Amino acid sequence: MKQFLSFVKKEFFHIFRDKRTLFILLGMPIAQIIIFGFALTNEVKNAKIAILDHSKDASTASLITEIESSRYFEIAESLHSDADIQTAFHKGIVKMVMVLPSNFGNNLKHFNKAQVQLIADASDPNVANQLVNYASAIIRDYQKRITNNRQLPYTINTEIRMLYNPQMKGSYNFVPGVMAMVLLLVCTMMTAITIVKEKETGTMEILLVSPVKPMRIVIAKAIPYLLLSTINIFTILLLSVFVLEVPINGSLILLLAVSILFILVSLSLGLLISAGADTQQTAMFISLIALFLPTVMLSGFMFPIENMPTPLRVVSNIVPAKWYYNIVKTVMIKGLGVTAIWKELLILSGMLMFFLSLAIKKFKIRLA
Amino acid sequence: MSEQKAITTNKLTKKFGDFTAVDEISFEVNKGEIFGFLGANGAGKTTAMRMLCGLSLPTSGEATVAGLNVYKENEKIKRSIGYMSQKFSLYDDLTVKENMRFYGGIYGKSNAFIKQKTAYILDHLHLEKEANVLVKSLPLGWKQKLAFSVAVFHAPEIVFLDEPTGGVDPVTRREFWNMIYVAAAGGTTVFVTTHYMDEAEYCDRVSIMVDGRIDALDTPIRLKEKFNAASMDEVFLKLARKAARAAD
Amino acid sequence: MSSISVKNIIKSYGKKKDKVIALNDISFEVKEGEIFGIIGPDGAGKTSLFRILTTLLLADSGTAIVDGLDVIKEFEKIRKRVGYMPGRFSLYQDLTVKENLDFFATIFNTSIEENYSLIKDIYLQIEPFKDRRAGKLSGGMKQKLALSCALIHRPVVLFLDEPTTGVDAVSRKEFWEMLKGLKAQGITILVSTPYMDEAMLCDNVALLQKGKVLSINTPAGVITDFKYPLMAVKAKGMLPLLEQLKAMETVKDAYPFGEYHHVVIKNEQLVQQVRDTLSNSSLSDLQMKRVEADIEDCFIDLMKEK
Repeated sequence: MKQFLSFVKKEFFHIFRDKRTLFILLGMPIAQIIIFGFALTNEVKNAKIAILDHSKDASTASLITEIESSRYFEIAESLHSDADIQTAFHKGIVKMVMVLPSNFGNNLKHFNKAQVQLIADASDPNVANQLVNYASAIIRDYQKRITNNRQLPYTINTEIRMLYNPQMKGSYNFVPGVMAMVLLLVCTMMTAITIVKEKETGTMEILLVSPVKPMRIVIAKAIPYLLLSTINIFTILLLSVFVLEVPINGSLILLLAVSILFILVSLSLGLLISAGADTQQTAMFISLIALFLPTVMLSGFMFPIENMPTPLRVVSNIVPAKWYYNIVKTVMIKGLGVTAIWKELLILSGMLMFFLSLAIKKFKIRLA
Repeated sequence: MSEQKAITTNKLTKKFGDFTAVDEISFEVNKGEIFGFLGANGAGKTTAMRMLCGLSLPTSGEATVAGLNVYKENEKIKRSIGYMSQKFSLYDDLTVKENMRFYGGIYGKSNAFIKQKTAYILDHLHLEKEANVLVKSLPLGWKQKLAFSVAVFHAPEIVFLDEPTGGVDPVTRREFWNMIYVAAAGGTTVFVTTHYMDEAEYCDRVSIMVDGRIDALDTPIRLKEKFNAASMDEVFLKLARKAARAAD
Repeated sequence: MSSISVKNIIKSYGKKKDKVIALNDISFEVKEGEIFGIIGPDGAGKTSLFRILTTLLLADSGTAIVDGLDVIKEFEKIRKRVGYMPGRFSLYQDLTVKENLDFFATIFNTSIEENYSLIKDIYLQIEPFKDRRAGKLSGGMKQKLALSCALIHRPVVLFLDEPTTGVDAVSRKEFWEMLKGLKAQGITILVSTPYMDEAMLCDNVALLQKGKVLSINTPAGVITDFKYPLMAVKAKGMLPLLEQLKAMETVKDAYPFGEYHHVVIKNEQLVQQVRDTLSNSSLSDLQMKRVEADIEDCFIDLMKEK
């Protein structure tokens, strides 16, 4: 036991004396949360639009106020003629133009029917789509309000409720994703690198020729990273609750427990990589290409898995981060308990057993 | 007069903080001379050599290499010297020919020159068959001989050799020194460090550094007379044992 | 009883096409409590041999016994009983001298105090720097620290792979003094070196070249095995002199050797003839004398013979 403790102590020395790496390890989750939270958001907020109002009556004025008061739009320009529309788009500032034809108020009052034209810049189709949807919704609301006093026959009112994320915040999606990514980077890449480093500098030779059980060397190496990752989880959770206002709806204990399970899976993957790599460079490349990329692409946090072609959907099942991502979403955002994630838990445990036994089998008690 | 000298230094000093690595060394190396630069680990050899190669600026003192000032003309110095060390010299993952092509290119030699010189070296070292072999698969002795050929590829005035023969077998070691002799006979000045004391005997003159200073500088014969020693090994031990600087 | 016994060890690397034979049928015995030197240049196979004996590498064929234990079957027992200092500097550069020693002591289930008597002489020299990071030590100091770490558990057999490579002549002398001290404490030492002069400090040596044993003998025995008369010659203009010597019919081999050239003469009868030829040629400041062969002369001779 003393042997083992002195090993762990040594690993901590390595980590604390390499200040730069330590800084990166602890700073990474903060940087990622900030980047994803504020820079890479795919929500539409305060999009600049222009209004071309031919009618200029009370109805158009109140509709324009509705639009302006929503948090999605900001009216950047008031246009005066159809020719202005082209110019407005050419300047590249406005993303959408709303055209209200003449006699809008009159038509609405006397014929119960009026036209609104929405012209959107579809060079970014996703944004255009969202803008048009938001605008339509506002117009529908407006229409509903003014027709409230008069009963129209056969109207179906759709009522939409966004569950778990009523404000449709993107951060609900990426906080679990960042957790998966950071844990994978810290645990897998760093364990692989520190083990391979001992091979490179030749200290592994001496360790192997000592009576230490090889598996102990490896477990001792994993412990500091387990600790660091736990710190990282707390950083991410604190930032997401207090800065991004993403609440933890489920049990914190359960969330931590499954995170530790995922950390163990990541550590065993790191171990597996270290068995096959001979230089720190190789270890890093394998970790990045074989693990980091699939995590970003195939875990579902960047691109929805449901929209992928079948082969990719099948492949995504072997990406551990996909399951972890699902678990975190279920527990943290939906606030559900173990019964909702038993399948994912089972799969992750299976992966842990598989990777760990493979890594132990491949771990060399000799040099070649 | 100074045109006759390949290297001159006058109170050349290098300090790192309050540690004086090289302490006011003054010496001259003649053109075409084989100059042995000895000293224990940590005596300041590497630091001194770096200053002479234009890789590091002196703290004070003067030095010229091939008539060029180490402060102002270090870029020119790099063009007129060759350098080879035990640790790094050739790219392991390039072939013999590619290495020569590369170094020729670095010194801005014409394709015709590189081609002709490469053929000459391969013929001379009997490496024609290995021309397209990766350097890493050559035995160490061959590698070192090849590295030396590459270091003098651009016909430099002075070649700096940092422990060129470490770990090389005794036969190849002698072949290597033969190449040094030939280069020196052709007018190239050779500045060499070594841990093999018998190799110190092959030099025209030898300097021995202790604690950042040059404690002895003369021909091997006169050094042995002066220190009443049978071999350079003994001379070295007598001098280096005095070192106060145990570790740095 | 033999402390190390190596029989017909063969080790090769790579696939069929570009196969490199690192060790080609090596056999030798090391007696208990002796210093046995493996003398050979880089690429002779020294490191492969050390790794096989320290259970880090499996040989293609052949057997090796260390301290009565088989290197393949009983590798775990061997790992408890041997000390190993690999060729490269293999300590933790970012740990201090003291931390390195403490660490290696605990992984061998011992403490610095327990075997202090063994490492005392060596450790006292590095003790003033005990709080310095190992990466900041000079070559000689690193080597002393590595040796202390290899000795911390009082091993029965000590394997030192090129401990003096790249180390200056003074530190090398000191290092060999330390080895003598360890031998006096009953530790068997297998040491490899590319420096031929260090062979004289061993009890027995094996000269190794390109994976083959050239000779196994006591250092004195290696020298008596050198059957040719040897002369040291010098004159003004050493390079032309060497050419002249090499061209002589009576001369088997000639090469630079310190301040002289060594001349290996084909047989005893021809010695006078060589003397006469040289005296009669127009060499100025000619000096020549009969000399005893050095281990390096023997190595050169054996290398060229094979």
